[in-house]
Amino acid sequence: MDWTRILTQVLGELLAPTTAAYALAAIGLNLHFGFTGLLNMGQAGFMLLGAYGFAVATIAGAPFWLAVAIALAAGAIFAAILGVPTLKLRGDYLAIVTISAAEIVRMIGRSTVFNDWTGGSSGLTGNSFKQTFQELSFLPDGQSSLGPLTYANNGSDSWWVRVVAWAVVLVAVLLLWMLTRSPWGRVLKGIREDEDAVRALGKNVYAYKMQSLILGGCAGSLAGILFVLPRAVQPDAMGRSMTFFVWTVLLLGGAATIFGPVLGSMLFFGTYMLLRSSMREVLPPEIVSSTQIEQIGGALVGVALMLLVIFRPQGILGNKKELAFNVR
Amino acid sequence: MTAVHATAPTRIGRLATVLVATVASFLAVFLGTTFGATPAHSATAPCAPDDQTACVAVVVLDASNSPVTGATVMVEGEGFTQELQTAEGQPASATVPGAGTYVVTLDVDSLPDGVALAEEAATEFTIRAQTGSTTRVAFRLGESEASPAPTATGGAGGEETDDTVADGPGTAAEPRPDGSVTARQFWQQLGSGVRFGLLLALASVGLSLIYGTTRLSSFSHGEQVTLGAVSAFLFVNVLGLPLIVGALLTILVCGATGWAQDAGIWKPLRRRGTPVVQMMIVTIGLSIALQFLIQLFIGAGSVRILTTNPQSWTVGPFTLTRASWISMGIALVVLAAVAWFLTRTRIGQATRAVSDNPALASATGIDTDRIVRIVWILATALAGLGGMLYGLVFGTTNWMMGMQMLLLMFAAVTLGGLGTAFGALIGSMVIGLVVELSNLFLPSDLRYATALVILILVLLLRPQGLLGRRERIG
Repeated sequence: MDWTRILTQVLGELLAPTTAAYALAAIGLNLHFGFTGLLNMGQAGFMLLGAYGFAVATIAGAPFWLAVAIALAAGAIFAAILGVPTLKLRGDYLAIVTISAAEIVRMIGRSTVFNDWTGGSSGLTGNSFKQTFQELSFLPDGQSSLGPLTYANNGSDSWWVRVVAWAVVLVAVLLLWMLTRSPWGRVLKGIREDEDAVRALGKNVYAYKMQSLILGGCAGSLAGILFVLPRAVQPDAMGRSMTFFVWTVLLLGGAATIFGPVLGSMLFFGTYMLLRSSMREVLPPEIVSSTQIEQIGGALVGVALMLLVIFRPQGILGNKKELAFNVR
Repeated sequence: MTAVHATAPTRIGRLATVLVATVASFLAVFLGTTFGATPAHSATAPCAPDDQTACVAVVVLDASNSPVTGATVMVEGEGFTQELQTAEGQPASATVPGAGTYVVTLDVDSLPDGVALAEEAATEFTIRAQTGSTTRVAFRLGESEASPAPTATGGAGGEETDDTVADGPGTAAEPRPDGSVTARQFWQQLGSGVRFGLLLALASVGLSLIYGTTRLSSFSHGEQVTLGAVSAFLFVNVLGLPLIVGALLTILVCGATGWAQDAGIWKPLRRRGTPVVQMMIVTIGLSIALQFLIQLFIGAGSVRILTTNPQSWTVGPFTLTRASWISMGIALVVLAAVAWFLTRTRIGQATRAVSDNPALASATGIDTDRIVRIVWILATALAGLGGMLYGLVFGTTNWMMGMQMLLLMFAAVTLGGLGTAFGALIGSMVIGLVVELSNLFLPSDLRYATALVILILVLLLRPQGLLGRRERIG
């Protein structure tokens, strides 16, 4: 059994751009759920919109920063549209509306009507929108190794993507830390604990919730860009399962904590890879095919989420008193 | 309130007997009319394009844009020949050896009686297949109106997705270029809408009851629907049981999952005083786990419960398959039975009392845990029945069908008023009609989106839903 190879794979997964993208999406969700108590079940919709915004703008000829700005704007507008009807209602309405809206985005993206822009259900190939991002790279061409990991310096699955992705995550963590320590962040936590009490203090709860939804949604859009940079924009890869995985990441690390999303993402993808690789090693392919291993892995994620929420809802780093579960 | 406990079992027993008897008698008709259906293993899996695989998919449409089943089509070229039979639910697809030019020929003699090729319409079509995508070919039959010529478009590659699920008879109407809608198309879509609404109602009444009694939005309810279709597939197609036995077993199994869930998960969680949001995330975990488990059993492709060709019945302006008419009958009877149960039996009244105010209900001596247990069993059994009928009506079933229906169920339940069973019924009918009628104006891949737009509009204008009580819900 080749454990070195498996451990290398796991290590690679810890640093993968996808892990960073999920961490960032979970940071956005953390602002929503962990700090404000909003049940956003459509984080994948924000990510998909960000990915589309960035890719479509780049293909249309926008420079890199403009494309990023368009992606962020798409996320912000989406959040505002969702927030207006639901933020005054009970929490579970937001959950139903966000999950539905995320599906609408995916359906519109993959429909034949907008085929010219979104490429329908086959999506947009990576090479059509990566150029501007890769031109920004200041790394020399060639390969570099860090321990057992070797990647090209530039290109799709490269050190450049990893460096940028984790740098963005780091900035987001810092920003979240500063925001949640600020007076603004304290109001958010107040809303999470007791909305009416905050309202009684004369705060505009609706506005604060909206700001939180928009800010977290923008983090989701940015995560969407990070997610598609090493691959292509595939609407069907960014559906409900993705939202649920982001939730798992957040709850694993610990909601309402600063490092929870990052730890959760690394742990989730590391364990997921370890699980599947070792199953592949241990179980002979004649009995269990590789597709079946993927399916068993997926089912285990579901069971793990159930057990996690039942027995340790605060996750690894969290504090049980800081959970938004009790609100209504 | 000891009277409740004394009389309840007989009441439930009677209800169960009525339900089982009606379902059984309808299914007997089903069985009799499907040519003594010999259960066989599912048809060849549809072609899934990837980097090495090229696919050709063929549909034959009649004048009203409904797929014609049982037509024979030959795909030839690059030294490859395959004969395809069109079937209900999805286009007949062939895996061709690679990129290249192929000739697709329609065998005119194989067409069912009463449908003929339009004059001057081509029976032969030359296409270019490419790896990683499905090249689609459509033969159009009937009166030669606008353009009877076959059309071929490069279609989507990638994994199998939504559209295959609900592409059944009568759902394939594409908007016509001039925007006009014929009366015939309208009636056809109306019929499909009623059918879809009834099937949706079976599933969403349960969702609404669960929400009403426990305040839990169960995200795993979609998988309960899939479970119905999948267990029917396993019982009828794989194990070869007669349809009626398989159907009863399916309802039994689905109801059992509801009982097991409540006994194993939800009741202990309620005992611990677990907040509802936490339980909602547990249902998400359950939904993920069930999805992958179902895939493990039936694979990622589509399967068919019955492999016989459907026959259609025409009543008035509506032409639907025989399976559709019978399913609508079953749905109507079962929904009426549920309505009777909720309004006329003590258990049903107790259920509504718990929905209304759990604390007050238990103060009057109603055993809330018992009511919730019954609601779970009823809800999962209804969802299973809905899923099974859906699978029979639309021909194919796959692991994600319930997931897609879940959002429509949420839309229906919200539209009708969260927690009100009759609201769920009305909401489902509205959503079903809107989804199918929007097909007349919108491309079919956007039809579910209209339902979700309704959901958002309802929350803006009347958040308590059609039948919900006006109250502050913020």
